[in-house]
Amino acid sequence: MTEKENSTERKIVTPGEVILSGNDYLPGEGTEKIGNDIVAFRYGLAEEINRLVKVIPLSGVYHPRRGNVVIGKINNITFNGWLMDIGSPDNAFLSVAEYPKFVHKSELDMVMNIGDMAVAKIKEVNRKAVDLTMRLKGLGRIDEGIIIQVNPNKVPRIIGKEGSMINLIKEETGCNITVGQNGFIWMKGDSIEKELFAKKAIMFVTEKSFVSGLTEEIKKWFEKEKNHPSMADLKEKK
Amino acid sequence: MTGFYIKLGVATKEKKHKMAELYETSDVTRERIRKYLEEGKRFDGRKPDEFREITIEPGVSKNAEGSVRVKIGKTEVLVGVKMGVGEPYPDSPDRGNLMVTAEFLPLSSPRFELGPPKFNSIEVGRLIDRIIRESKFIELEKLCIEEGKKVWSVFIDIYSINDDGNLLDAAGIGAVAALKVARIPKYDEKEEKIVYGEWTSKNIPLSKDIPLSVTLHKIGNSIIVDPTREEEDVSETKLTIGSSGEYISSMQKGDEKSLTIEEMHQMIDLSEKLYKKIYLKLEKFIK
Repeated sequence: MTEKENSTERKIVTPGEVILSGNDYLPGEGTEKIGNDIVAFRYGLAEEINRLVKVIPLSGVYHPRRGNVVIGKINNITFNGWLMDIGSPDNAFLSVAEYPKFVHKSELDMVMNIGDMAVAKIKEVNRKAVDLTMRLKGLGRIDEGIIIQVNPNKVPRIIGKEGSMINLIKEETGCNITVGQNGFIWMKGDSIEKELFAKKAIMFVTEKSFVSGLTEEIKKWFEKEKNHPSMADLKEKK
Repeated sequence: MTGFYIKLGVATKEKKHKMAELYETSDVTRERIRKYLEEGKRFDGRKPDEFREITIEPGVSKNAEGSVRVKIGKTEVLVGVKMGVGEPYPDSPDRGNLMVTAEFLPLSSPRFELGPPKFNSIEVGRLIDRIIRESKFIELEKLCIEEGKKVWSVFIDIYSINDDGNLLDAAGIGAVAALKVARIPKYDEKEEKIVYGEWTSKNIPLSKDIPLSVTLHKIGNSIIVDPTREEEDVSETKLTIGSSGEYISSMQKGDEKSLTIEEMHQMIDLSEKLYKKIYLKLEKFIK
């Protein structure tokens, strides 16, 4: 097999595996150049587009990036903010100044206590820590609803191209859904059936995440599910 | 009395500490699960007395005398049976020995860590031991080689591969299935050694009644079976009933909340119904 044939299709690579060699290619995400070879750093699918080689990870922990919306748990309270566990190797820090309202330093635990779940946005990723912010719409403490956890590497499939998938699920189920890039999904609907239906739909997407043309598939699935007798009470309430 | 209070203090502190862990089910989700159950709905859309899909796969270990992999939904356990020859206990000189150990591997859940066995894994080991021993499933008297000196020992080892709740019932099904497929290894009488890797055609002598464990959990006022991880976190009380279909041979109540007599009756009736369902799954496998 020549290199050209090899690069057109995605192939599964493991860390340390040489994907391509030669100076024609550039190392992208999940890869690094060692000598003359481009070596995979993560387990996933390797692909080459316009000479750029990258690996789409299939498993592994969440790596925080600037601008990501994440759902985490308050881990600890310091004198000027909260520490949050967002499932990444490092803890994330939310300063009081980044909370949308004024909070007195002695009342931090009244606003958000240890064990509470919250939605936040990553403001910056340092070498040492991750800084969060809540000064945007839709961010804050979670009061109600269900939170489920999925593999963080499947989040892009749940969101879909420019949010097509998640918008479809929101529309069909009538639930408010917030997807954290770290794999936590918060769902809130006005009835139990709707919430459970949204959960079922998301579970279906994560299971079928390898299928191409997934949005079409899920549309069919919704059609099928809605005609199911157990969904009759959902229709009534809609 | 002071000791009691100190203990209580430690418990609450630990609980608070645990709440901060990310893998622990969050408070909002806990509340929702309780609310769902009030309306008779479960977190994954099942009925309160419905089990997840059970699959049993034999022969997963080539060195064990008998081994199975049991899956209940996403929960997965490996159970292996190993046999050895040893001295009998002084109180049962004419009976074989039985030993059940459970180990919860760190790979199966972020809750489990390496190190000495913790409360949860010891509990599972002991419960399965009791269910099998008290139902007299293994005819231990037939495992005697020489009275007071030499008997067969049966070791049942339980390993968790993935924890999505209800490891206990999975382990119970696995232990019975593994005993069913196990063969007795060859024993060299002259050398007084077991020839490992070679088996006789004999099975472990087992009685016809098959003991199975059914664990029932109480959340609020509802009784559910086969909880997922999240539901198990919310569970207030659990009752494990080990029965052989017709009679109950062992029972253990776990966790701090109480049960009324009516609830107890309800649970026992439910366990009888569920026994039949699980037995049907196992029956295919036994044949």
